[in-house]
Amino acid sequence: MSKGSVFNIQRFSLQDGPGLRSTVFMKGCPLSCLWCHNPESQAPEAAIVRMENRCMACGHCGEEELAGRGRVPGDADLEACPTGALQRVGEELEPAALVQRLLRDRVFFDQSGGGVTFSGGEPLLQAPFLTETLGRLRAEDVHTALDTCGFSPWEALREAAGLTSLVLYDLKLMDDARHRAATGQSNRIILDNLKALSGLHRNIWVRVPIIPGINDDETNLEATARFLAPLAGIRQVDLLPYHRTGEAKFARMGRTYALPGLQPPTTQRLEALAAIFRARGLTTTLGGHP
Amino acid sequence: MSERTERLRRDSLAATPCITGERAEIVTRFYRENFGKFSMPVLRAKNFRAIVEQKELWLGEDELIVGERGPRPKAVPTFPELTCHSAEDLRILDSRKLTQYRVEPSVIELYQREVIPYWTGRSMREQMFAQLPQEWIDAYEAGCYTEFMEQRAPGHTVADGKLYRKGMLDFQGDIAAAMAALDFERDPEALDKREELQGMAISCDAVMRWAQRYAELAESQAVVADPARRRELLKIADVCRRVPAQAPRDFQEALQYYWFCHLSVITELNGWDAFSPGHLDQHLWPFYQRGLADGSLTREQAKELLQCFFIKFNNHTAPAKQGVTAAESGTLTDFANLNLAGLLRDGSDGSNELTHLLLEIIEEMHLLQPSSNMQISRKTPDAVLKHGLKVIRRGYGFPSLFNADSVVEEQLRQGKTLEDAREGGCSGCVEVGAFGKEAYILTGYFNLMKMLELALHDGVDPRTGRRIGASTGDPAEFKSHDDLFAAFEAQTRHILDIKIRGNQLIERLYATRMPHTFLSVITDDCISKGKDYNAGGARYNNSFIQAVGIGSVTDSLSALRSVVFDSGELSLPRFIQVLDGDFQGMELLRQRLLNKTHKYGNDDDYADAQMTRTFAMLFAAIDGRPNTKGGAYRVEMLPTTCHVYFGEVCFASADGRHRGLPLSEGISPVQGADRQGPTAVLKSASKMDHVKTGGTLLNMKFSPSLLEGEAGINNLHSLVRSYFKLDGHHMQFNVVGAEKLREAQARPEQFRDLIVRVAGYSDYFCDLSPALQEEIIQRTEHAEF
Repeated sequence: MSKGSVFNIQRFSLQDGPGLRSTVFMKGCPLSCLWCHNPESQAPEAAIVRMENRCMACGHCGEEELAGRGRVPGDADLEACPTGALQRVGEELEPAALVQRLLRDRVFFDQSGGGVTFSGGEPLLQAPFLTETLGRLRAEDVHTALDTCGFSPWEALREAAGLTSLVLYDLKLMDDARHRAATGQSNRIILDNLKALSGLHRNIWVRVPIIPGINDDETNLEATARFLAPLAGIRQVDLLPYHRTGEAKFARMGRTYALPGLQPPTTQRLEALAAIFRARGLTTTLGGHP
Repeated sequence: MSERTERLRRDSLAATPCITGERAEIVTRFYRENFGKFSMPVLRAKNFRAIVEQKELWLGEDELIVGERGPRPKAVPTFPELTCHSAEDLRILDSRKLTQYRVEPSVIELYQREVIPYWTGRSMREQMFAQLPQEWIDAYEAGCYTEFMEQRAPGHTVADGKLYRKGMLDFQGDIAAAMAALDFERDPEALDKREELQGMAISCDAVMRWAQRYAELAESQAVVADPARRRELLKIADVCRRVPAQAPRDFQEALQYYWFCHLSVITELNGWDAFSPGHLDQHLWPFYQRGLADGSLTREQAKELLQCFFIKFNNHTAPAKQGVTAAESGTLTDFANLNLAGLLRDGSDGSNELTHLLLEIIEEMHLLQPSSNMQISRKTPDAVLKHGLKVIRRGYGFPSLFNADSVVEEQLRQGKTLEDAREGGCSGCVEVGAFGKEAYILTGYFNLMKMLELALHDGVDPRTGRRIGASTGDPAEFKSHDDLFAAFEAQTRHILDIKIRGNQLIERLYATRMPHTFLSVITDDCISKGKDYNAGGARYNNSFIQAVGIGSVTDSLSALRSVVFDSGELSLPRFIQVLDGDFQGMELLRQRLLNKTHKYGNDDDYADAQMTRTFAMLFAAIDGRPNTKGGAYRVEMLPTTCHVYFGEVCFASADGRHRGLPLSEGISPVQGADRQGPTAVLKSASKMDHVKTGGTLLNMKFSPSLLEGEAGINNLHSLVRSYFKLDGHHMQFNVVGAEKLREAQARPEQFRDLIVRVAGYSDYFCDLSPALQEEIIQRTEHAEF
């Protein structure tokens, strides 16, 4: 049985598909988007982070103390931390164990038409684990969604999509050079995969993050709408406004944030951008709410 | 709101609660002249009649529904026959900052001159304390439990639909028939029954006389009124001549009829939680339909009448308490609570157009009283529940939500008939009863944390050094968590025995000395049994003990288990030393306990198993023990505000809580201990077997942003339906951002109208004690992380 690396299971998740959901955030991502709001998911291996606002500075694992001992926080520190400020990001789980945990909220899934969403990171980086887990959830009649950046071998995407009720497909930039600059990768595979997937899967929600100054220009969004309009399986487009949770997380991990002080787009701006998609007959939401 | 109701609402909000000496004066005079001349039921009924014959009447400008318990709105009478305030008490009520009652010097003089001299040594409270055993008083003073009947009469009751089908003359007919059927040769109780029935008949006269006086007053006001008001006053006079003597015929008569009954119940005695109309939407439905059909009523008129009716509730501030309970439950609210939706007698959905109309009124008026709740069954349409959720989203803390299917199941378990159970519902905070057929009496809160403390100190209260519990052995000898739990159980049973012994005495005192004759008239089967409501006359008689602090106790047991018995990190005696020292110099350990042990509220079976075990223990110790009225004791999980008082009398606890801070409330997790979001809280809470209780209370706090739009309502709807699917009994929501509450703390003058959900009721935030305010702010905000 393949193990998966998961960095968080978010219960009562409201924005990653229909109903009340649990979102499984998986570790590892092939992209490195400038605005990433889950930077702790990017590296595939587990890490220990410090939540400064919970730290009581007890003196056990402060930077100075550790420097004196010439090491970074380890398992012993994690165990000793009295406040839980030190946390491990990343947990190795077998599909059966993960499914068991997810089913704890089954009554809420059943009642609300919700279910489980796999997000990340990029779940398809752990394709064998993902497909096995999806299969087990399907056997339990739980609605599933796959939130993917699309940068994946086609076979992996095809197989996982075949087991999932909904695909949330992220699309950031249509221009390849700009895409490389903003995410570190070409968008070729992403666009090809989406085209192919739209012929197979009947329930795809395309999610476009709106990052001011990066991809919120009419040119990009016009091109996105033009690309999406003819694709068969696309049920709706969600415009997801930039939010600033990533900034603090980068700082917490000791990394530099590329977009300091960037302000989220206004609702008016979002409405105007949504109109571009609606003009092409695409059902479009702001923030993923119908 | 109409202009009229705008004005009435403004006046009601502006009126200052004050103490009136009117009732005390009449009652004292009456007792001085009549005590000893009649049997107790007849004496009490005549006493009631004297009050309504002599009291000053209030008929305010604009009013359509009439009647006040005091001489004017928010003038609160006292009940010296139950508990007699000292002059000092009255001065404190007048000068304290929170839940203040104005007391005129003339009232204090009256008390010193007439009331105190007569009632000293005679009030129920004094008689009670003179007879209660010392061990009861010791445990009471240690904060092991409170006693509801120490200041107020047994009450906590709700009207059913028969009120709208029968007038007082009809009830008197029933009483006469019961009297005629008495068998003085074979029934040794026949003489007592005759006295009781006579008392009931007199109390019916009293209510009719009260209405008569209102008819006369309305007519005399009509003489000088302008034509429009004259028409209204003549209609009021007409209504008061009809009801309550006879059954109501139209919408206004139905409301006025109920209101006279309400006033009578709370004037004869000040039973707990006032009185409540029960399923108002169901009861008024025939009158509403008929009025619309024959053109005598419009929706707008019905709405205005209901609004006037609501204002009457809001005019009635709770009677003022004295002594320790002032801190236990600081509130001016009197816990009248409307039931909306629910089930009909035949099991079908009970919601109707009036459910929506009432929700509209609740939203527009957002008054402290009456409080409101929705009884949500599987059959309740989503649209009805969602309408309620939209009102909840406004952040007034009401309506609260109950699981009507569980409420029925809980009552069936207690042995009620299916129909009676369906006609029942919830009142007060969360308490379940068969409306119009049951005396379901809250006997007092029970401090679970104190029981654990006693177990850790071999029965000695660490706060006072006095032995109040059983001897359960030196904790150093506890070899396992099971040993510890056994001691906890032994202490619980020991103190419960003491409490129940006292309680039986109190029940008998009320049964023999303080019959509630009018309430007996309208509660089945008091007339046919010839027995008083307070003496077992009701069809069902449950006495409840309300356990407080299950979240705190669960987390403490969980922490003790993991730190002492699983890992052996700390010996039990050492741990107890740390707790007795309030974690002095042990902050690291306290943080570990707070952050690194298993906590209830996270759907974590390790912690939740301690909760279910504690509940099962409590249930086994209480449920089914006979009370003095042919009924039984039952468990409830409800705090009102008592978790604050109970926390004050407890030392530090193993969950990391500092000495003196509040315990957890209801079945909610310890404030801030739940970290997995609302679904995990609901899962944890639903592991308790709610069907075995007479009510549980779960508080949740949401930031307004989470409930925005249609999606927000749908999400909340799913949460509620899911919890109810799991047999959850009740849930209520505070929808207020912490930021706004901080602002209100800083500038109370600007936030006087800010209503928040406290426990089973809503209250003005600025009237709450700082400790309660702080707690409400800290209650976990279930924002998305």
